Amino acid sequence: MTEHSRHTEEADIMNKKIYSIGGLFDTPDSITHAAEEAVKEGYTKFDVNTPYPVHGMESAMKLKPSLIGLVTLFIGLSGAAFAFMFMYWVSVVDYPLIIGGKPFFSWPAFVPVTFEVTVLSAAVGTVAVMIALFFKFPNNAHPLHDTNYMKHVSSDRFGLNVVAIDPLFDESKVRDFLSRTGAKDIEIFYEPERKPIRVFDPKFIGLLVVIAMVTAGVTYFTLNKLLYMPPFTWMAEQDRLSSQSQNAMFTDGFGMRNPVEGTVARGFTPYEFKGQPDSVVRNLSNPLPFSKEVIDRGKMRYNTYCSPCHGYFGKGDSRLNGQFPNPPTLHSDKVRNWPDGNIYHVITNGQNVMPSYDKQITRDDRWAIIHYIRVLQRSLNAKDTDLETKK
Amino acid sequence: MEYQKKELPDKVKNTGFLFAGIGLLLIAVSYILDPRREAFNNIIGLTFFASIAIGALALVALEYISGAVWSVPFRRVSEFIASSLPLVLVFAIPLFLMLGMLFHWTHPEVVSADKLLSGKSPYLNIPFFIGRTIGVILVLYVFYALFTRNSRKQDESKEQGLTRTNVKLSAAFMPVAGIGLTLLSIDWIMSLEPHWYSTIFGVYYISATLLAGLAATTYASVSLNEAGYLIPGVNKDHYYSLGALMFAITNFWAYIAFSQFLLIWYANIPEESIWFVMRWEGGWKYISILLIFVRFVIPYAGLLSQPSKSNPKRLKQISIFILIAHFFDLYWLIMPTFSKTVVFSFYELGFPLFVVGVVILAFYYQTKKHNLVAVGDPKLQRGLDFHL
Repeated sequence: MTEHSRHTEEADIMNKKIYSIGGLFDTPDSITHAAEEAVKEGYTKFDVNTPYPVHGMESAMKLKPSLIGLVTLFIGLSGAAFAFMFMYWVSVVDYPLIIGGKPFFSWPAFVPVTFEVTVLSAAVGTVAVMIALFFKFPNNAHPLHDTNYMKHVSSDRFGLNVVAIDPLFDESKVRDFLSRTGAKDIEIFYEPERKPIRVFDPKFIGLLVVIAMVTAGVTYFTLNKLLYMPPFTWMAEQDRLSSQSQNAMFTDGFGMRNPVEGTVARGFTPYEFKGQPDSVVRNLSNPLPFSKEVIDRGKMRYNTYCSPCHGYFGKGDSRLNGQFPNPPTLHSDKVRNWPDGNIYHVITNGQNVMPSYDKQITRDDRWAIIHYIRVLQRSLNAKDTDLETKK
Repeated sequence: MEYQKKELPDKVKNTGFLFAGIGLLLIAVSYILDPRREAFNNIIGLTFFASIAIGALALVALEYISGAVWSVPFRRVSEFIASSLPLVLVFAIPLFLMLGMLFHWTHPEVVSADKLLSGKSPYLNIPFFIGRTIGVILVLYVFYALFTRNSRKQDESKEQGLTRTNVKLSAAFMPVAGIGLTLLSIDWIMSLEPHWYSTIFGVYYISATLLAGLAATTYASVSLNEAGYLIPGVNKDHYYSLGALMFAITNFWAYIAFSQFLLIWYANIPEESIWFVMRWEGGWKYISILLIFVRFVIPYAGLLSQPSKSNPKRLKQISIFILIAHFFDLYWLIMPTFSKTVVFSFYELGFPLFVVGVVILAFYYQTKKHNLVAVGDPKLQRGLDFHL
């Protein structure tokens, strides 16, 4: 070391703030003893560094149970809540898809991901918090880094250092204390100089560019080349019929097969009066209650299926008027005097030009439409008694 | 420090006789009143008992094969609990006489009319069924006899080679116990619904078995150590290890149970999901939901914090609770086959009481004959010096 450099180093030290004073011990017993002495001396802000966990150190240092567990718990629960709510949002709110006939909110399917995210966030979060607390964020290093002290306590010796923020800290007294308890190589540690972080360092930028190029290249190769090579193609090339392709097994060549004759979809009731004379159907009464919900449902279905011909108000004046034989009005005396069963029969079987609607409109919806037609009819034929308001 | 052999107080024997006596009385009354229902409870009793005994034996083997030192001071506790293993066959004898009442694959006319059952008949037939149960118990008992014989010889001779022999034996024991427990669970629990199958079912029962054996060992070890019957030196770090292992296996059970549920629920194949549907109707829904809390949430919460794992009082409470939860789990597995609606009364209490009594008595008579601590084990001193 030249005279000049030593001189500048001393000048630097004068400006630096002391972080702590530490000493090294040779045996686990001596470090445990030193920790006990430090507690007796009244030091509260001191730390012990050992190459392996020394049993009984916690009680010697009179450490309180660590609060890091609560941090882990908090981060873990946050991760769990985030994962669960995210999946809820994706599969219920933003993009609901029916998967396997299950409800949108199928929480058992969310459990594995929630569990993974909980563990991941708790582990990574705990380490991040510990590093941030230990380095005193935004510092990216600890004052003890790259010291002789750290070199030894991470391999063959045991260290104790009293930090300057301790209320009883006094340079000479701490030195005395350490030498009294048998410490060797007592050393003063200074707060590191905080260098501004240079984002536009050419090396750093170069590194980012290289990483970006490698990532893009690997991604391009994987998605465009690798996945089209065996064995990665094995998932795509299977002994099955792809959709919209020809089927060599059947003479008609169709890939999609019709269900077996007489198949009934779950939850669907086939038309129960199929093939029976009209008189049976005509005498049916409407099974649905004459309620607001039913009429609203009927209105919706009517507007969808009936209004293109019969018009929104049942007058037979729709936009298709003139292109086909004009549909009759639903306000004629004939229709008004029909029983509900007769209208049901016409919707189900069709009449003249009107086709059957039993495939498009479910049974309950047909009855709901009939209620709505009655509402339309009554609106044009209101009686005086209808004006009476509810008391 | 030297181990001083002490006689267990008569209180232990009396408690054992009390439990076994009340249990036996209830069993006798129940068998007279409703033989079919009590036969189902007999299966619960059999599987409950088998899992305590085999679980304790598995812990012994686990200690040898993993080279663990912390559990050496109370390995004998596990060995003594496992000594009740051959008595499992006594529980099976009444069932062997009533197989027709319990398993509908035992009826030839049912099997011949059922394609699935006739396909399974090379496995599910009465002689092979009885042979399997006896075979599994006997083979495991041979392992028990060899483990304990070597360990007792070591008490006198202090020969280290015996530990090495036991390590080799435990390596052989592990796959045998795994297969044996799988067979027992398939035979006694899964074949109650012979159309249903779950490939993870054996692992489910294995996790429950380890937990039952560990809970029994923990309760006995902690109680004996508090009363000073074990060698001095067993401390909080040993307790912590017991608690941590119980915590781990509780999680393992939950993991397996949920995996089984998730796959069946997801695939929703009728012949698989019917098993859960049976446990969701007629009031079983509440039992199923309760099971999640009893078997997982409460033990998990009870053992989560660091101090609770080394608190002897908490450990004893939780291990008793885990044994009750294990019984509850088996009740949930077995009884829906007997009844479409939830049934629970004194019929169900006879067998668990009897099993507890029998295990206590088996333990008590073992302590009369043998040391409660493996004094000749070369790992004993390291086990006592164990620190976390």
